[in-house]
Amino acid sequence: MESDGSTFEREGDGMIPTTFNYFRPHSIEEALLLLRQGEAAKILAGGQSLIPMMKLRVAEPKTLIDLQGVPELAHVTWAGGHCTVGSLTSHATLAADADLRQKAGALWDAANGLGDPQVRNLGTIGGACAHADPSGDYPAVMLALDACFIVAGEKTREVAAAEFFKGTFETALGAGEILTKITFDAAPRSAYVKLEHAASHYALVGVAVVLVMSRDTIEDARIAITGLADVPFRASGVERSLRGVKGNNVAAIKSACAGAAAGQDVRGDIQASSAYRTAMADIVAARAVRVATDPR
Amino acid sequence: MARVEVEVNGTRHELEGVEPRLLLVHFLRERLGLTGTHIGCDTSSCGACTVLLDGKSVKSCTMFAVQADGRAVTTIEGLGSSAELHPMQEAFWAQHGLQCGFCTTGMIMSAVDLLRRIPNPSEGEIRAGLEGNLCRCTGYENIVAAVRAAAAALAAMETPKTIGELVEVGGR
Ligand SMILES: Cc1cc2nc3c(=O)[nH]c(=O)nc-3n(C[C@H](O)[C@H](O)[C@H](O)COP(=O)(O)OP(=O)(O)OC[C@H]3O[C@@H](n4cnc5c(N)ncnc54)[C@H](O)[C@@H]3O)c2cc1C
Ligand code: FES
Ligand code: FES
Repeated sequence: MESDGSTFEREGDGMIPTTFNYFRPHSIEEALLLLRQGEAAKILAGGQSLIPMMKLRVAEPKTLIDLQGVPELAHVTWAGGHCTVGSLTSHATLAADADLRQKAGALWDAANGLGDPQVRNLGTIGGACAHADPSGDYPAVMLALDACFIVAGEKTREVAAAEFFKGTFETALGAGEILTKITFDAAPRSAYVKLEHAASHYALVGVAVVLVMSRDTIEDARIAITGLADVPFRASGVERSLRGVKGNNVAAIKSACAGAAAGQDVRGDIQASSAYRTAMADIVAARAVRVATDPR
Repeated sequence: MARVEVEVNGTRHELEGVEPRLLLVHFLRERLGLTGTHIGCDTSSCGACTVLLDGKSVKSCTMFAVQADGRAVTTIEGLGSSAELHPMQEAFWAQHGLQCGFCTTGMIMSAVDLLRRIPNPSEGEIRAGLEGNLCRCTGYENIVAAVRAAAAALAAMETPKTIGELVEVGGR
């Protein structure tokens, strides 16, 4: 193990990342410059995914650019029915936002159920989206909210959620780009429900639901599912079947949610088999729809 | 090498020559000698390494010391002294909220953060609030009882103090 005797005397093979240079810029422009110029540079947000990967040496960046010096990236702003969330907003901030619960319950649910309190205090929405874990909670929520990602780089561009998540740990973000904001319209009838792995709290199956209702009838639905495939996907069959269903008709909701994973290559691993995940997707989807039918 | 200026338990420390990859938990234990913060898993799972960063619980094994530059850290050593325990420490002792004690310091720091957010938590809220902390001895029953007792003790104080105020008077 590489070690500088004067400053770092640890015996054994503790989980020590490889060396890197650390920067804490004070503006997005400065961060972008460092990202372009730094050797093997990576953004550091809450560190709750990146640092564990660095400790395992799965990630070995040579330059870390800590965004905490750019606090204007952390905010939740509403203008009419339109919300803008800064990428550096912590899960804990979102989870404690009562207004968000009413206006976009799906995001509030996801923030509350993510990991544990310590992870929520440091981890950020931008980091979780950029990390694009196939079992991550926010990707499904972003898809169901039809969110838009604002990305800073050589020029600023907007990427729709449906284009943002490309694969396992893979997004539309280029190497020299920073996710600055996420925008979406209010979704007062929305929810996110997951069946979680008991130890890690990651979703075995997670379903985000955004409903448009007229009185007590579902007019339209966007349903997005995480945990099953490489990327979250829309369950378009379920979306169609839900149209016209009454919000209090549990049996009709259940039958509309049957086959939620249809057409997907559902993952199986040590945590859950493919068949189990597939079966649970229907049940979790129905639960999420039922939560979303009521005002939050 | 970086320079780190951090307030730990009310005392300002300025350290030169900090390697950016030095984790906060090693900084606390090895540079400052504050060994009350434990390393249980080193994989962000167990919460034994929990400290407060500007009053909020974080896993110090999943944070670099340089990230704490300019901020305030509270460790178990900052809560109370053996002469005068913090109400949370008192409650863990009185309710037998520990057996081997390895998880206890992290458990107490998380419990302090929980009462900051929810001064009078239900059993469910206590269990959810301690979700990031694992204990292999107690079965959690007495830990939950301890947090309840601490919440009651704080509520019954003659000059009521919030848990946050108590943390600030710590570090004796
Ligand atoms: C014990 C534990 C339990 C967890 N449970 C869950 C869970 O149940 N559900 C879940 O979804 N997640 C879970 N997570 C992951 C958690 O949500 C992380 O906070 C999140 O995945 C990463 O966000 P971060 O701010 O910590 O990012 P970091 O770890 O700092 O960064 C992650 C990646 O994103 C990049 N990045 C960060 N911000 C930006 C940006 N603004 N622009 C461009 N790139 C950026 C980084 O370069 C890095 O590649 C868990 C983590 C732990 C340790
Ligand atoms: S040692 Fe930090 S979470 Fe276990
Ligand atoms: S008391 Fe032994 S691990 Fe909790």
